[in-house]
Amino acid sequence: MNIQKLGLLLCLAATFGLCACGERESNTKLVLNEVLVTNESNFQDDYGCHSGWIEIFNKSYTSADLAGWLIKASCTPGDTATYFIPKGDIQTNIRPRQHALFWADGAPRRGTFHTNFTLQGEQSTWIGLFDSGNRLMDQMTLPGGVLKADQSYARVSDAATEWEVKGGSADSYVTPSTNNKTIDGNPKKDKFSQHDPAGIGMAISAMSVVFLGLLLLFACFYFIGRASIRTRSKNKVKLKEEHAAQAAAAAFVPDEVAAAIALALHEELGTGHDADPRILTIRHNPGSAWSGKEQNLRQVPQRK
Amino acid sequence: MGEFISFLQNNLADFWTYTGMHNATVGHLVMILVGIVFIYLAVAKEFEPMLLIPIGFGMLIGNIPFNMEAGLKVGIYEEGSVLNILYQGVTSGWYPPLIFLGIGAMTDFSALISNPKLMLIGAAAQFGIFGAYMIALTLGFDPMQAGAIGIIGGADGPTAIFLSSKLAPNLMGAIAVSAYSYMALVPVIQPPIMRALTTKKERLIRMKAPRAVSHTEKVMFPIVGLLLTCFLVPSGLPLLGMLFFGNLLKESGVTRRLAETARGPLIDTITILLGLTVGASTQASEFLTLDSILIFGLGALSFVIATTSGVLFVKLFNLVLPKDNQINPLIGNAGVSAVPDSARISQVIGLEYDPRNYLLMHAMGPNVAGVIGSAVAAGILLGFLL
Repeated sequence: MNIQKLGLLLCLAATFGLCACGERESNTKLVLNEVLVTNESNFQDDYGCHSGWIEIFNKSYTSADLAGWLIKASCTPGDTATYFIPKGDIQTNIRPRQHALFWADGAPRRGTFHTNFTLQGEQSTWIGLFDSGNRLMDQMTLPGGVLKADQSYARVSDAATEWEVKGGSADSYVTPSTNNKTIDGNPKKDKFSQHDPAGIGMAISAMSVVFLGLLLLFACFYFIGRASIRTRSKNKVKLKEEHAAQAAAAAFVPDEVAAAIALALHEELGTGHDADPRILTIRHNPGSAWSGKEQNLRQVPQRK
Repeated sequence: MGEFISFLQNNLADFWTYTGMHNATVGHLVMILVGIVFIYLAVAKEFEPMLLIPIGFGMLIGNIPFNMEAGLKVGIYEEGSVLNILYQGVTSGWYPPLIFLGIGAMTDFSALISNPKLMLIGAAAQFGIFGAYMIALTLGFDPMQAGAIGIIGGADGPTAIFLSSKLAPNLMGAIAVSAYSYMALVPVIQPPIMRALTTKKERLIRMKAPRAVSHTEKVMFPIVGLLLTCFLVPSGLPLLGMLFFGNLLKESGVTRRLAETARGPLIDTITILLGLTVGASTQASEFLTLDSILIFGLGALSFVIATTSGVLFVKLFNLVLPKDNQINPLIGNAGVSAVPDSARISQVIGLEYDPRNYLLMHAMGPNVAGVIGSAVAAGILLGFLL
C-alpha cells in the first residue's frame, strides 16, 4: 500500500472517528412528555373520573407501538410500581408526532390506558419508560411538593429537553393529549414574511446554495476529468510501449524456439489423426453423457 | 296509469339533475375548452404531446359536470373515487420522484462531465425561480405560495408538482398546468429573448468539441453528484436521489434491464397517471380563480427571467474565459431544465446563423445541470419554508 492510499485510509478513519465521538442522542421514538398528579377539574377519562395522568409522545415521523412496554414509577427506592402495557390493543400504536395518555388511577381493569398505580405529589417521583426488552428508554423525576392541583410538569414543547410547571395562567396551560406548545402559525414562513417581505434575502441565499452545490460538482468533475485525461494519456503511452515491445519481440524468433514449435506440431499432427491428414475421424465415446439415451429423452409429465 | 306516468316523469326529472347538462357551469365549459386547446396543440403543433395529451384529456375528465352532492364518488376531489386514488400519487408526492428515476435512466450526462463549467449555467438559470418568487410576494402571495409558484421557473413539471404539493397544495393544479404549458411553449417563449440578448458575433461562437468521457467518470457522476448535492440540500433527496439512482442504473452497464424499465414502461406509466390526474385536478370549481390567472402570468414571467439570466450569465462568464474557450450564449437558455426542448432550441437558433455550428451537445450540459439545479432549488425552498 503506498503512502497516498494509507493517507486516504487514515483520513476516512479519522472522519468516522470524529463522527462517532459526537454527542449521541437517545434513539427512542417515544418519550415521557407531560405528567399531571392531582387532577381536580382537569381532563376526565371515559368513566368521568378525574385522575392523574402520564402523557407519552411519539417524537418520530413513523408510528411506534407501545405494546409490551413498561411504565415504572417510584417515590422511594426499592418501591417501584410497574405497569405492563398490554399487547393486542391497536390503540397502543401511536401515530407519528402523536400522544398517548395513561391514567394513573390504579384501575388497570378499566382498559389499556389505565395504570395499576397512582401518583403522589408530596414526594419526588421518578417515572421511567421501558421498552419490551426492559431497556430504559426515557425517565423523568417529578419534583415533590411543587405541583398544585391541576398543574402539570411538562416538557416546554413536545420532546424538548427542558421541563416546566404548566397550568394556572392564560399563557401556561395543561395540554393532555395535545402539543405542549401550541403552534399557531408557521414560524419559518412568519420569519420570512417579517424579515424578507421582498424575497431578496431568499433569492440571495437560495441562489448562493444552488451555485455552491453546482460549483462543488463542477470542481469535483473538473479534477476527476483532468485525472481521467492524465490516466488515459499515461495508459496510451504504456500501451504504445507495450505494442512496440511486442512488435520487436515478434520480429525476432530464436532458431531454437522455431525448431521446438516445428517439432511439437509434427508430433501432434502425426499421432492423433489418420494417416491422411485431410480425413477427419470422429470416434464414438460410449462413456460420454452425450451418448446416454436417457439424457436425450424428455421426462413425460405425470399427473399427481 | 297516471300515477305511473307521474312516477316516470319524476324519475326522469331526478335523472336530469344528475346529468352534465344540468350541472354544467361556464367554468366547466371554459376548462373543457382549455383541455381541447391543449389536445390541439399536442396533436397539430406537436408541443410536448406526451404531457399535453394526458393533461388535456385529464381536463376533460375533471370538468365533466356532475351532481357533487349525490356522493357518486366519481370526482377527483371525492375521497375513495378511482381518480382520487390515482391522484394520491400527486398529493403525496411519489409520482415526481419516479419520473425523476426515469429521467435519470435516460439522461446522458457526458456533455456535462466533459465540460463541467456548463453546470454554472444551470445554476444561473434558477434565478427564474427566485425572480418569480419575489414578484409573487409583491402580488400578495405568502412566502410558501410564492415559493411554489416560483418553481414554475425551473421548467420542471415533476419538481413543480412535488414542491407545490408540499408548500401550497391548493395551488398545485394551477402550478402544474402552468409549468407544463410553458414547458410546451418553450419554442415560443425562448427564441425572441435569445435573439434580443445576443449579438450576431456571439451567436457565431464555435465551442470546442466535447472530449470523450470514460466509463469510470460516468459511473462516478451519479454517486458523487448525489453525495455532494444531498449533503448540501437533504430536502432535495427524493428528487435528486431518484435522478442519480436512475443514472447509475444506466451508466453502470450491468443493470441494463432495470435501466430500460425505468426509462421505458415505468416512466411511461407514471407520466400517464401524473398527466391525467393533474389535468383532472383542474376541476373548474377549484381551479378557475384569480390566483390561477396570476399564477399563469407569473409562470410566463419566471420562464422569461430564467432564460434571460441563463443567457446573460454566459455573456458574463465569457468575460473571464480565454478567447479560444468561449461559450456560445445561445446555450444559456438551456439552463432551464425543459429537457431536451430548450437544448434543441439552442441548436435551431444556432444553425440559423451558422449552418455548421451544432450546439445541441453543448446545450445538453446546462440543460441537465438545470434538472439538478431546479431539484436543488426545490430542496432549498422546502428546507427554508416548511
